[in-house]
Amino acid sequence: MTVTATHVRIKGLVQGVGFRPFVWHLAREEGLTGHVLNDADGVLAEIFGAADRQQRFLERLRCEAPPLSEIVSVETAVLAGPFSPPPQDFQIVESVEGPATTGIVPDAATCPACVADIFDPANRRHGYAFTNCTHCGPRLSIVTSIPYDRASTSMAAFKMCPECQSEYDDPADRRFHAQPNACPACGPQLWAEAEGTRIETADPIRWAASRLAAGEIIALKGLGGFHLAVDATNDAAVARLREKKKRPHKPLAVMVRDLEQARTICHVSDREAALMEDRAAPIVLLRLRAKSAEKPALSGHLAPGLDQCGLMLPATPLHHLLIAAVPGPLVMTSGNRSEDPQVITNEDARRNLGQIADGFLMHDREIVNRLDDSVMRADRGGPVILRRARGHAPAPLALNNGFQTCPSVLAMGGELKSTFCQLRQASAVVSQHMGDLESRPVLEDYEKTLTLYRQLYDFEPDRIAVDLHPDFVSTQAGRRLAADLHIPLIEVQHHHAHLAACMAEHGLPPDSDPVLGVVLDGSGLGSDGTIWGGEFLFGGYKGFERAGHFLPIALPGGAAAAREPWRNLVAHLRAAFGTDWSPSSASSSLSPIFTGKTVSVIEHLIDSGLNTPMASSAGRLFDAVAAALGICATRQSYEGQTGVLLEALARPYLSQATAYPVDISSGTPGMLSWEVMWEALLGDLKRGTAPGLISARFHLGLIKAISEMATHIAGDRNIRTIALSGGVLQNAILAGGLYEQLSAQGFDVLVPGKLPANDGGLSLGQAAIAAVT
Amino acid sequence: MAHGGGGRATAELIADLFQHHLTNPILDQGNDAALLPPVAGRLVMSTDGHVISPIFFPGGDIGSLAVHGTLNDVAMAGAEPLYLTVGFILEEGFPLADLEKIVISMARAAEAAGVPIVTGDTKVVEKGKGDGVFITTTGLGVVPDGVHVSVERAEPGQAILLSGSLGDHGVAILSKRENLEFETEIRSDSAALHTLVAGMISAAPGIAVLRDPTRGGLAATLNEIARTAKVGIHLEENAIPIKADVKAACELLGLDPLYVANEGKMVCLCEPGDADAVLAAMRAHPLGRDAALIGTVTEDDAHLVEMETEIGGVRVVDWLAGEQLPRIC
Ligand SMILES: [Fe+3]
Ligand SMILES: [Mg+2]
Ligand SMILES: [Zn+2]
Ligand SMILES: [Zn+2]
Repeated sequence: MTVTATHVRIKGLVQGVGFRPFVWHLAREEGLTGHVLNDADGVLAEIFGAADRQQRFLERLRCEAPPLSEIVSVETAVLAGPFSPPPQDFQIVESVEGPATTGIVPDAATCPACVADIFDPANRRHGYAFTNCTHCGPRLSIVTSIPYDRASTSMAAFKMCPECQSEYDDPADRRFHAQPNACPACGPQLWAEAEGTRIETADPIRWAASRLAAGEIIALKGLGGFHLAVDATNDAAVARLREKKKRPHKPLAVMVRDLEQARTICHVSDREAALMEDRAAPIVLLRLRAKSAEKPALSGHLAPGLDQCGLMLPATPLHHLLIAAVPGPLVMTSGNRSEDPQVITNEDARRNLGQIADGFLMHDREIVNRLDDSVMRADRGGPVILRRARGHAPAPLALNNGFQTCPSVLAMGGELKSTFCQLRQASAVVSQHMGDLESRPVLEDYEKTLTLYRQLYDFEPDRIAVDLHPDFVSTQAGRRLAADLHIPLIEVQHHHAHLAACMAEHGLPPDSDPVLGVVLDGSGLGSDGTIWGGEFLFGGYKGFERAGHFLPIALPGGAAAAREPWRNLVAHLRAAFGTDWSPSSASSSLSPIFTGKTVSVIEHLIDSGLNTPMASSAGRLFDAVAAALGICATRQSYEGQTGVLLEALARPYLSQATAYPVDISSGTPGMLSWEVMWEALLGDLKRGTAPGLISARFHLGLIKAISEMATHIAGDRNIRTIALSGGVLQNAILAGGLYEQLSAQGFDVLVPGKLPANDGGLSLGQAAIAAVT
Repeated sequence: MAHGGGGRATAELIADLFQHHLTNPILDQGNDAALLPPVAGRLVMSTDGHVISPIFFPGGDIGSLAVHGTLNDVAMAGAEPLYLTVGFILEEGFPLADLEKIVISMARAAEAAGVPIVTGDTKVVEKGKGDGVFITTTGLGVVPDGVHVSVERAEPGQAILLSGSLGDHGVAILSKRENLEFETEIRSDSAALHTLVAGMISAAPGIAVLRDPTRGGLAATLNEIARTAKVGIHLEENAIPIKADVKAACELLGLDPLYVANEGKMVCLCEPGDADAVLAAMRAHPLGRDAALIGTVTEDDAHLVEMETEIGGVRVVDWLAGEQLPRIC
């Protein structure tokens, strides 16, 4: 037998995921000798043995890789012999230190083997809430620095007992080098607490379950932050949670025991089931079943006015144990006071959630990095991420290879739903969703996370990218950083970044042919100093032409207009019908909307421009239409409320509705304006048409008009690819309708899926643009 | 009125008008330069140009504002103001009757403050080269021994006091200029604060910082303090006095009262142990009736102003680059 040797270099997410023991197992099974090690570039193996065995090893390497790993590339090189003597066995060699580029894998939901352990009375981890292995458990949520080993995680405080240590040391064990490995004897401990004192109980989970059954609110420390839980079937309990959390309407996520329980509440397709069972265990938006006598019925307060609900499966042993101890599904909403980010420390939980929760399930493992639950939806075109955090961040996104030679960029993101992005060598690492930077704790998180990521990835940017808006906290932070590092600062127009994010996610190269970006958004600062938000941008990473847009409409009172939909109704009607229009002359169905409101002052703002910028915003158009239907006319209680309510109303009427007309002017730039739409809509209102039908006609009108405008612009410029993006595109009717219409015209339609279409994806677009600028 | 050589009669008219209304022994000496008696102590001096539209507004006019503004700048150094000077730039054609109203208003404000206007000057410019009337005032004052009021003295732990409600002046001006009608008339808070300051200093001579939150409002003033003194500022939204009608008007206009101008309000930073005494002294004065403890100075490497909101979040109160552009996407 001839012994040949091969040098195997594996790149990707291959550290801290059980890759070396996997290689070790595989090599032994194939009768190969040699060694495997971790280094700065990933995993390196040298294998000795028969050529056919080596071939099989390489084939199996790719298809049997550990669940949490993600192989980007496997490069092989034949080692020149002779080998005297070749190694006698296969060994795992200690890591080689060096600058890190491999990063860290996302946290993963408890694997089936670990779930089996905690429910097996004979297992030493029976009922243990911190069980994990190399295939599951905390990662980013507990890491403080690199290299990723136990000492640089919040598990450093716990010394492994001999049994855990021997698992950790044994390459044949599922827990070989599982950094958070723990058991009841040596690992983190769970306890129950109420009114500042520990509850004397041997079984804190049973205690919490009984409190939940009694309708109480329990705050529990999850993987990336505290959750607030109540019985999801108990109306009074859910209403009380809403009242205490000062969250009157925003939908609440629900945790179900399993898919079977999920199906009693919602329709769950195979693709949706797969999404729920994914190792990220995200919240998945699902269609609610029609009300029936079936048990368990969900409380009506979970998603008022909506036809969907966000469900998730348990993601940690603690959640598994708790949901198994209660009969029905549990509301599992982020543990925070209204404007704050999710609480992560026991101390903050006591201080900030003490007024909300009746009791706590706490433990002594520190959450280092806050990770909100990720939110996803299964669209016809594939899974769509709506909020990207736990289970997804910080997995890198592979860009087109053309980005290989571009300078590295740190992009700072937007102001709301903030994320940042590190782009280097055609790989983009986008941080977890952190929230609104106006909030001081979020800003602190943002800065802390930025520092951590730069260290984890040994990231030294060549450039910094920021939004054009001078007052964004992220813009200011980027400006300071660029000055400190003496590197260029690149300002990127908001909607250009939305477009580029979609292009980058879909692998378009830096020198891509021009595309048409249809960006439907709330508002962002335009290149001309006005506010944009309904944009047709022709171009690519390197630049764009504003080929078309929505008619600019006054935003009376600036940001106040985004909170109070009725202001946009006044502005839209005045734009459509001029100063002739007044609330008193408006159709009688509109007059109740304006009672008690100082319309004259708003009209004055519109006429004088005082604190009233012009905005071509798609989001504010939805606000105006919602207000006309009397939906949150006075105030929205959460961002995007008008959009989701209109969507839910429209859905049952879509098949029978005809589109409202929209004026399309094909000048340069082209313009969509709304006068004829408002005429038709007001006519419908006068006739007493059902609000759902009106909403459906509005959605269809938008889809038709946007498609026509896009087709027109694309035709003039010979474009084959249309990229859709922007926060308003999270509306499934709009996204689905545009996708279908434009695809049917033969366009290649790109839709955001791996990153949110809203500002959560902005940083990727900024990075891609700055990289090629 | 006319300008230049042809306006000799006008110049005399104006001189008479000032003479008549602003009379006091030093001004009456009739010299180009006012001769002042010796003063013991450290002097402070401040000058301010006043340009405002509309010239007359609920609660004051450009005349009283020009007196109050400069007196307050002197007072914010912890000083007792002694003298004022005034310079007028009038646009040809500006109604004499309006000028007289302004001069009377200045005279009343100066008299009420007990600070004489000791010298002045008037120029008339061609029509189109001015905007009605511009007034520059200068104030001279003396700082009592042992008083050291300065922004650099802001230190973590200090209490932050506000002398009264926010936003009255800015909203009053805006409503008048834009002809906005609210249920009640909102009046400017324009007032001279030096007697209030004197009371506070006698209650606690160690007061560290005094500032009047004029243009840019409380937000700009506190950000300036935070950056200059390299400290953080923590505010409690619940504690900040804002009148209900001002709040409602701000909401309607989409303005944040923290960024709206004031002309008769002051921020005071003092040691926490002095806070009660200073607050009592403020509340004992008519201009400080609604005074409140609104926050504390903190240690903060980012030198940010943050505010705990009514519903319990903590938001950053930024220093804005320009006008308030909407930031909601
Ligand atoms: Fe946006
Ligand atoms: Mg001054
Ligand atoms: Zn596991
Ligand atoms: Zn153990």
